[in-house]
Amino acid sequence: MPSSVDLSDVAVVAPPAPRPAVRPAQPSFAVLTSPKWRSAIARLRKGNGEGRGGRSVLLVSAAALFLLAGFGIAYRTVTYFKGVEEIGPLLAGKLLGMAFLAFMSILLLSNLVTALSTFFLARDLDLLAAAPLDWGRLYLAKLGETIVHSSWMVLLLAVPLLAAYGFAWNGGILFPFVALGALIPLCVIPAVVGSAITLLLVNIFPARRTRDLLGLVTIMAAGGLVLLLRLLRPEQLAGPEGFRSLVDFIAVLQSPSHPLLPSEWASAMVMNWLTRVGDPLPIALLWTTAAAFVVIGASLQKRLYAGGFARAQEGADNGQRGGSWSRLARVFMPGVPAMRREFILKDLRIFFRDSTQWSQLILLGVLVAVYLFNIRALPLFTGERVPVFLVTLIVFLNQGLAGFVIAAVAARFIFPSVSLEGRQLWLLRSSPLDPRAMLRSKYMVGVLPLLVLALILTITTNTILQASPFMMAVSIATVVVYTLSIGGLALGIGTLYPQYDTENAAQIPTSFGGLVFMLLAVALLGGIIVLEAVPVVEHLRSLREGEGASLTPGGVLAFTGAMVLAVVAGWVPMRRAVRRLEQLEA
Amino acid sequence: MIRLQSVTKRYGKFQAVKLLDLEIPRGELFGFLGPNGAGKTTTLRMIAGILPPTSGTVSVGGIDIQRDPMRAKAKLGYIPDRPFVYDKLTGAEFMRFTAALYGQDGPEVEARINELLDLFELIRWKDELTESYSHGMRQKLIIASAFVHRPEVIVVDEPMVGLDPKSARILKSLFRRFVDKGGTILMSTHTLEIVEGFCDRIGIIRHGELVACGTMQELRAEAAADGARLEDLFLRLTGEHIEPDLDAVLG
Repeated sequence: MPSSVDLSDVAVVAPPAPRPAVRPAQPSFAVLTSPKWRSAIARLRKGNGEGRGGRSVLLVSAAALFLLAGFGIAYRTVTYFKGVEEIGPLLAGKLLGMAFLAFMSILLLSNLVTALSTFFLARDLDLLAAAPLDWGRLYLAKLGETIVHSSWMVLLLAVPLLAAYGFAWNGGILFPFVALGALIPLCVIPAVVGSAITLLLVNIFPARRTRDLLGLVTIMAAGGLVLLLRLLRPEQLAGPEGFRSLVDFIAVLQSPSHPLLPSEWASAMVMNWLTRVGDPLPIALLWTTAAAFVVIGASLQKRLYAGGFARAQEGADNGQRGGSWSRLARVFMPGVPAMRREFILKDLRIFFRDSTQWSQLILLGVLVAVYLFNIRALPLFTGERVPVFLVTLIVFLNQGLAGFVIAAVAARFIFPSVSLEGRQLWLLRSSPLDPRAMLRSKYMVGVLPLLVLALILTITTNTILQASPFMMAVSIATVVVYTLSIGGLALGIGTLYPQYDTENAAQIPTSFGGLVFMLLAVALLGGIIVLEAVPVVEHLRSLREGEGASLTPGGVLAFTGAMVLAVVAGWVPMRRAVRRLEQLEA
Repeated sequence: MIRLQSVTKRYGKFQAVKLLDLEIPRGELFGFLGPNGAGKTTTLRMIAGILPPTSGTVSVGGIDIQRDPMRAKAKLGYIPDRPFVYDKLTGAEFMRFTAALYGQDGPEVEARINELLDLFELIRWKDELTESYSHGMRQKLIIASAFVHRPEVIVVDEPMVGLDPKSARILKSLFRRFVDKGGTILMSTHTLEIVEGFCDRIGIIRHGELVACGTMQELRAEAAADGARLEDLFLRLTGEHIEPDLDAVLG
């Protein structure tokens, strides 16, 4: 037996005799997409593995609850519209057309960003680009991947709505297939348009800059849409006077308002089935348009993809980075140890340099504006005098709303912060960094801006609502304690349920841990509100009886209980998170 | 300086490292070899304090890394095989952050950052975000940052991957000078030529067990193969010398 691998006498290492170049057989669509769907199956199997039953039950229950609630609301709305004499189906069709148009708009935005990842930044592209793969197959595989990634959530939203239509009109067992027949082209068309726009942009800008640009445009568009919808004051339509004008409006528009929009064709296809109208035109228009779009998209791909892919490999940044953060740190953090200071600076730098992160602030700003607008729009001080009891009740319940907003913001900005260290854990774990110091730094970075936001929300809304000094004090104290607690809860649960492999911070709160955090945050909020109801009711009683504001021992006890609950809810997860980080096997 | 006593690491039922005993004194450059999946990286990560051993003790500079991780880690610089850094930090910011993790700060650190970045020819790119760095540049940045806090021990996993010849030579000189000045290096690599001419002692691990340890002469004696090259010794000691059926594969 030879003592080592010696290939010198092995004849077969000589290259094979020249063969005529042949075009290799192309893999099928199923084979080409198999890494994706096989990975999804493997993830599902892993998700159903040992000890994960409870997690699956919780996730399925939450999804079922969401779908049922959505179905309930949609069913009531659809049956209401259906019940309108003579023009019921027309109104319902209009509503469906508007919903489909909204879906298409969301899908277009979502596809812009998704296509950039799947076509230009995905990790498997080197492998696929190096293989003797037909460009058409690559396009179809990547388009399919883009559609699945960008559309699943919209499809999930469509289920309760379409189910409501199916039940309201008794669509029959074939209705789900009709609905799917309308939805598939609706998902394909925006995916082709989105990926074509991305293809053009990548040919103009480097991929990283395109990502920044698209991320920003998407967020601004989404924010603008939300703001526009709110400022239109749709609640006016629910009033009898408003509704009459809507009926007039719809009645005037007997024909489709946008005959060239695929959403109108999809709506017509569904409504034709439900109202037993035999018109194949919407189906033909919808499917031929989708097919034509795929062909146009494929031809664009053939012409522009190679150049775009090459540009996508280029870096985006050439600019010098100054030391402005360091200068700010010297001013605002004098005497803070280097380790903690640099950790805080690092987190701030990364946040404000990553457009997928800071751009979320735009959306947050829009949501806060809508929230304040909603409070302002409450009909409390417009007509006759509203009882103090009602104002106090609204101020008190507003604490709950503000608390929910704070929890949602914490889920988006604080919850992912430990997960985002995933790929750099080798550095943190091999250095003498105390996990407590790391968590403390992250807590400070997350909770201080959240506290500012919480105080702005509370003081502004209470001022709009003309809250009494007692209620203002209760609200401020509650929101401060709740925010400090929620910061610890978000960071703690985010560490206990990390997503170290996810690079996109926006996806992390949608994980199982995110759901656990939101449930706990809402439970904490509920607990605090229930406890504080005791002194608030006492306060109202004393006002009604003409006494001054005072606190009974019961009230003090309730406030203390709320405080203790908040401290425990923030402290316990943080303590467990420290232990988890100490034992972490990175 | 590095001491492993009866160290075992289990992942569920799989035993990655089995009762490993190893001692690397001050001033020694120790080469750690083994086939893929032999337990090299697991061992290195245990020494770096990233993975806790299932049993046994690991000490760095006489300090048990499990009992007093902060003091032990302060003596150590770890260079992983995959150069993951923060994409949105510049090279200089990353090094400053690394120095701060070891409690170091101030003008001396700034001077040292410039010195190290200059050594690895990254000074031109010090204010660029690392997302625009190549694989080799990231690797050099990580190597430079491992030296920023003046460690006594370097634990390094596959240091030469992605480095250009000049950087590889600089790194070898840097390692040799570091060891000559009393530092300790444990280096895991598959590049046998580097280990053969460069390391003071060599350890070969297979299936989680140290199957051979010593100088080149000692390994040759152990394998009864006078004048044999390290590649031959490695294949013989790891039992991987069986001729594969290449005809079947390539035919």
